Amino acid sequence: MTQDFPTPQKPSASQGLPVLEINALRKLYRAGGMFSGKQIAAVDGVSLTLSPQPQVFSIVGESGSGKTTLARMILRLVEPTSGEIRLGGRPLTGRHRDRIDDFEFRRLVQPIFQNPFEAFSAYLPLDSYLINTAKNLKVAEKTTDGADVVEDALRSVGLSFDRVRGKFIRQFSGGELQRISIARALIPNPRLIVADEPVSMVDASLRMNIVNLFKTIKEEKGVSFVYITHDLSTAYYLSDSVVIMNKGKIVDAGAPQDILANPREAYTRELMGAIPRLGERWTEIEQIKADALARDAGVGEAQPLRARA
Amino acid sequence: MIELKNVRAGYGTPEAFVAAVDDVTLTVHDNEILGIAGESGCGKSTLMRTLYGDFSGGLKMAGGKVTGNFTDPDSGRTTTSEAAGFQDLWWDVMSYVPQGSMSVLNPIMKVEKQIVDALPKREKKGSKADLRQRIVEFLAGFGLPETVLDSYPHQLSGGMRQRVLVAIAAFVRPRLILADEPTTALDVVVQKRILLMLVEIQRRLKNTLVLVSHDLGVHYQITDRIAIAYAGKIVEVGPTAEVFESPRHPYTEALIGALPRVGQKGERVGLEGRPPSLASPPDGCRFAARCPEAQAICRQSSPPLTDKAPNHASACHFR
Repeated sequence: MTQDFPTPQKPSASQGLPVLEINALRKLYRAGGMFSGKQIAAVDGVSLTLSPQPQVFSIVGESGSGKTTLARMILRLVEPTSGEIRLGGRPLTGRHRDRIDDFEFRRLVQPIFQNPFEAFSAYLPLDSYLINTAKNLKVAEKTTDGADVVEDALRSVGLSFDRVRGKFIRQFSGGELQRISIARALIPNPRLIVADEPVSMVDASLRMNIVNLFKTIKEEKGVSFVYITHDLSTAYYLSDSVVIMNKGKIVDAGAPQDILANPREAYTRELMGAIPRLGERWTEIEQIKADALARDAGVGEAQPLRARA
Repeated sequence: MIELKNVRAGYGTPEAFVAAVDDVTLTVHDNEILGIAGESGCGKSTLMRTLYGDFSGGLKMAGGKVTGNFTDPDSGRTTTSEAAGFQDLWWDVMSYVPQGSMSVLNPIMKVEKQIVDALPKREKKGSKADLRQRIVEFLAGFGLPETVLDSYPHQLSGGMRQRVLVAIAAFVRPRLILADEPTTALDVVVQKRILLMLVEIQRRLKNTLVLVSHDLGVHYQITDRIAIAYAGKIVEVGPTAEVFESPRHPYTEALIGALPRVGQKGERVGLEGRPPSLASPPDGCRFAARCPEAQAICRQSSPPLTDKAPNHASACHFR
């Protein structure tokens, strides 16, 4: 039935090689028009390693920090200017003889994007789309085999084949469709999933269901995740390792409890201090209220309006 | 300041009307920051447009009454109006920062002219140079340099355009600022600066700020009171600190409980299911299908929003 096809050689944990290794990766973009020689480094000398054990590795940063460019290079959607990416010890970039080819790559690494409504065709029923994915990735030869593979993948995310049979994307909520895109990513039983802001368009009440799925998939299926986000709370909750990016560089790295709960780097502290967190009010708000009370009481001089942060 | 009584507003024809705001009663007080929170499609933007009296783009009021009483702190004069007449008060007594505000500036007009055009007469007294200087100083508080005034919108980043809109809305010194997701697309560091500026301005002018945000953390930080919207209804309203500490409505409780927090690794669980369609809402409580405490009565009758503690109301049969 399923899995009748030769599986490409998977870099396994037993081989002891890192799932992903990135060395001195750079991506330069031209800036300032066609004839300008100016260049901007979207990613500037990034190196990181995902150990062989399944894990959630979060890349956190504000917009423009380079985290999405980094994710797109890992997904082979953007060619690096220089540097190296290796998957299970084998190169993804450059012209090496043992470079992982595109087909093998798609079976080993799968993406999950921010907007699930743009991740599927609007004109194809989802069951056909998912079965086609299984056939294209040669996980299944016939449609009936494909349905079994898809059923397995959908069960992993708490759905069933009947739920998607003959249905189009507009018939699903954002949260449910994001679950289906996770199921799509699971079809080839990949080693690594790169998820770029996967819950930022999902409503708050449903967000944790998706985040918890990543945990379950990591533990039960041995899949590692690169989780790209600007949301430090979910990064803290979910991650085994976190790196903070700013202006194309990694500025802080470590276990979430070390770098997020007790930030030492100045940029991480600034970022943590600016997040509107529950349970911990910004000190500036109390100061604004105290100043207002002092003005009402006629105490002190009225200060000009100025930025507080 | 503004009273909504049994307001029903939405889109469509009388035969096929979709009420995005359904039988909402809410009071917006003088000198407060009121937050409106809820998930996408719960009607919070429609509620804001109703508060602003902006009945364009097919939005209609199908029932209820919106009354505004705006008192000028200098003259003590009170202007009373109903929603249909609010348009005469725009960019004077009340201002509005719409959702997606980074794309509402005129692309072929420099920013300074757009700001000056929006100002009421009282702000234009004195020389042009003085006015420009006042605008420059005001924009600096939002982290915007003077060069912004001489730029076209396409020369500014999305975040800068968004800050220009928030700054104009505050510069006219209105009695009411309505801000619909004013910092959504901004980085957290810039977001914090804008939110602190809005609080500072509100405390100085003693006016009212109504803020819509899907981010409960933003509400926790800056609002005095919070209203929680679900499927076109207000299900809970009360002092922000109290709502976060002891939420009354099961939906509010689930929403707050689902949020992960830095420093806490304990299991967080989201809600199952999704809100009902506003085109065919169910009888009874609209949250009943997802509520862990729902009983037969919840599916039969819609609980009214009633006070369960001083100034703290919830729309639940049991809590």
